[in-house]
Amino acid sequence: MAQSGNRGNSQPRWLFPFVVTAIFCLSVLPLGRLAATGIASAMQGGARQLLSDPALWQAVYDTLTTSFFGMIAAVLLGGGFALLLTLFDIRGKAVLGFLFMLPTMIPPQVTALAWIGMTGPSSALLKALGLAPPLGSPQPLYSVGGIALLYGVQNAALVYLSLRAGLLALPRDAVEAARLSGASSWQVLKDVVLPLSLPGLAAGAAIAFVSCVGNFGIPAILGIPASIYTLPTLIYSKFAAFGPGTFADVSLLSGMIAILSVVGLSVEERVLRGRDYRVIGLSGQVAVFRLGGLRYPVEMALWLTIFVILVMPLTALVASSLAPAYGVPLSPATVTIKAYEEILFRQAVTRTAFTNSITLSLATAFGLLVVTVLTGYFLVRGRSRFAPVLSALAEIPYALPGIVLAVAFILLFAAPIPIVGISIYGTIWIILIAYFSSFFAVSLKPVVSAFRQLDPSLEEAARLSGAGFGRRLADILVPLVAPAAGASVILVFLIACNELTVSALLWSAGTQTLGVAIYNLDDSGSFNLAAALSVLVVIMVVVMMLALELMAKRLPKGVVPWRS
Amino acid sequence: MAKLILNRLSKTFDLGGRPAVNDVSLTVREGGFLALLGPSGCGKTTVLRMIAGFEQPTDGSILLGERLLADASDMVPPEHRNMAMVFQSYALWPHMSVAENVGYPLKVRGISGEKRQRKVKGALSAVRLESFADRRPADLSGGQRQRVALARCLVTEPDVVLLDEPLANLDRHLRQEMEETFREFHARSGATMIYVTHDQAEAMALATDVAVMSEGRLLQVATPEEIYARPEGRLVGGLVGQGAILSLPSPEGDRRHLDWPAVQRLLTAEGDAPRADILVRPQDVEIAAEGAAVTVLSVLFEGERYALRLSLPDGQALRAFSRRPVKVGEALSIVIRSAWRL
Repeated sequence: MAQSGNRGNSQPRWLFPFVVTAIFCLSVLPLGRLAATGIASAMQGGARQLLSDPALWQAVYDTLTTSFFGMIAAVLLGGGFALLLTLFDIRGKAVLGFLFMLPTMIPPQVTALAWIGMTGPSSALLKALGLAPPLGSPQPLYSVGGIALLYGVQNAALVYLSLRAGLLALPRDAVEAARLSGASSWQVLKDVVLPLSLPGLAAGAAIAFVSCVGNFGIPAILGIPASIYTLPTLIYSKFAAFGPGTFADVSLLSGMIAILSVVGLSVEERVLRGRDYRVIGLSGQVAVFRLGGLRYPVEMALWLTIFVILVMPLTALVASSLAPAYGVPLSPATVTIKAYEEILFRQAVTRTAFTNSITLSLATAFGLLVVTVLTGYFLVRGRSRFAPVLSALAEIPYALPGIVLAVAFILLFAAPIPIVGISIYGTIWIILIAYFSSFFAVSLKPVVSAFRQLDPSLEEAARLSGAGFGRRLADILVPLVAPAAGASVILVFLIACNELTVSALLWSAGTQTLGVAIYNLDDSGSFNLAAALSVLVVIMVVVMMLALELMAKRLPKGVVPWRS
Repeated sequence: MAKLILNRLSKTFDLGGRPAVNDVSLTVREGGFLALLGPSGCGKTTVLRMIAGFEQPTDGSILLGERLLADASDMVPPEHRNMAMVFQSYALWPHMSVAENVGYPLKVRGISGEKRQRKVKGALSAVRLESFADRRPADLSGGQRQRVALARCLVTEPDVVLLDEPLANLDRHLRQEMEETFREFHARSGATMIYVTHDQAEAMALATDVAVMSEGRLLQVATPEEIYARPEGRLVGGLVGQGAILSLPSPEGDRRHLDWPAVQRLLTAEGDAPRADILVRPQDVEIAAEGAAVTVLSVLFEGERYALRLSLPDGQALRAFSRRPVKVGEALSIVIRSAWRL
């Protein structure tokens, strides 16, 4: 029977074409264009020149080493936190968990600036404390090790969440059965809990690796000054030195990043596939092991870690923003809020960036919501056999690093749009469309979970009451998924407002975003202005995360990414 | 209003799979109260959802009087059928008050102001919930929610009211009270009602007609009395009322109602004549001085009497009631006053 012939289906006829068109434009079209250019230039032999360039192989090598060591750091940090906070009787778990999540939500270029402010000879903080190394000594973070360390800090929460989800899914009776068999706490941990939670750890490591490969902010700020290029920064520098072969080169480079990401993500999928035993028995509550006399030292260690990875860098960032100029020691006499006045009231560039980022993020968050409410409804209620394919296609753009997507949209819109003949390249519209594509999955997920939770009979009752689709949407469906829709708006706004990777390639004069503004200020040496702007961004992030935290009770499970 | 006609209705969910509903033909008379009875998974809910318009038949048609509601190629969407439904989960909208829930069908029809208020009030008073108008569904008990759902059906004077196992989530005491409310509702509204249930006692108590389904097929439609006294086939006999089905040599002729001499002949008959299923209700089994020999398998005290399971010499089980206590293993002699060949 034809899809649209079944009017027992509650959806109007236009919904299926609408969803297919949306997903085609936001996912299939840009990525298809990228793949087509990549393959075409590889066929024409353009690849040979690129592949024989030693700089490329150096970049591949640096990408892999920084990502690998970053992954190791993330596994150590995130894995340790997940095990300790989930399995043991630590006090203040909720606060520790929330603080541990913060570095992930802070944009990478801000993290990099904060750490630069904390180390090296020009650190305002170290100077104020009288601990700064002598002038002329190298900044230790401008190195492969420094990049890897910050990758670790930035992505530790991904490992934390993945392992924690695995630990929480452990059947409680498996632990209890082992205890009744006479195993000690330590034996239960070693023989039951850790083997069963290994897939979660491996999956977390894979996601962290993919995230490192696609990271732009950290290697842009730490790597470029030391001439260390990763694949994303290499793409950026190719664009900066625009030439005839640029499009072919960057499409091949993006293809390489995409392949690395797909390999990582398929590792994740593979290790998580064997996890279906979680449905056996009661789960959701892991037996808490007692630390006994070790509790105090372990808690100290956890708080010390939070202090080092979060409090110190942020303090350094604040200190840098209050110093009158880069390198000037900070003391009660020299403290000034001039940098804040400058970025908020004087500099046209930063004010434009604020306006752009906030407008773009609001437009993306609310615009996407309209698309995702309809798409989510279709995917959950549509009974379409295409639903699994469509939801997989909707996921891909967010799973791929932002830089790949940015390149795809440049290729798509470099020439004027056929038929209408308008060029949106270099305007704010190309950033908006790229945001729509990139954050589609972020916006869709909470809405889909909300629709899944909704009893279908609530809508059926409205149908029998005589309400048509639009009426049901307005009166019944939207009010009932409203909390999740709110979370979706905040999440998209939060991520879009802080993003740098997509807009770094797509911006031009007048369309810079906050991420771009921070990067450019630092690049031009106005470190204190970049720091001040970063402080404002961090405050915004924390406020929005707290708002989501407060909403969390009314939301379906899994909507707030850092709560499991 | 008019009668509801299901004409050779079939529904297959996956292409080539077993049909969930198979060639069901049924006429519900105007103002009738039909119970669709069957074990879970028999297709009764699918029939109900096709009548409501949530599923489209893959074959056959549904008519309300002269009007074609659905066939395999076309169908009237649920929002244009003027039907109402009470769902198993009640399906009250949590973000609306009781009065808003009840008034929603009127709001959709563009009825507003004083007229809507009056109708909502009337519907709420019919289910004795006037004082709850401003509450949220979450603040109500299960029985009260059910009554709100009923009031929402009442308010638009629908042609057909569908009830999908509406008592499944209620406790025994509330069930009786709600059964009373349903009967009252039926008498007051005069709507055609279709009631899906797997509980035969509920079906018998409420409906004017009972339709028994199994594995997608309609087995029998009749009044409760008829279906109890003269069930068609082993499945209906086993599903409706209490009783035991004995496998005995086929009685001669086409007699279906058997008295004791006839049963006694079958019980003592020898040889391998073709066998027939004979339904024996427990109240028709009498403990008597002279009759067939049986052994007591189990005894259950039910308050007003004892329910016995008895075993015939060839091992077939039989149910009976007894006023006096008997012991397990005791040998008795019984007379079967009446039996029914299925």
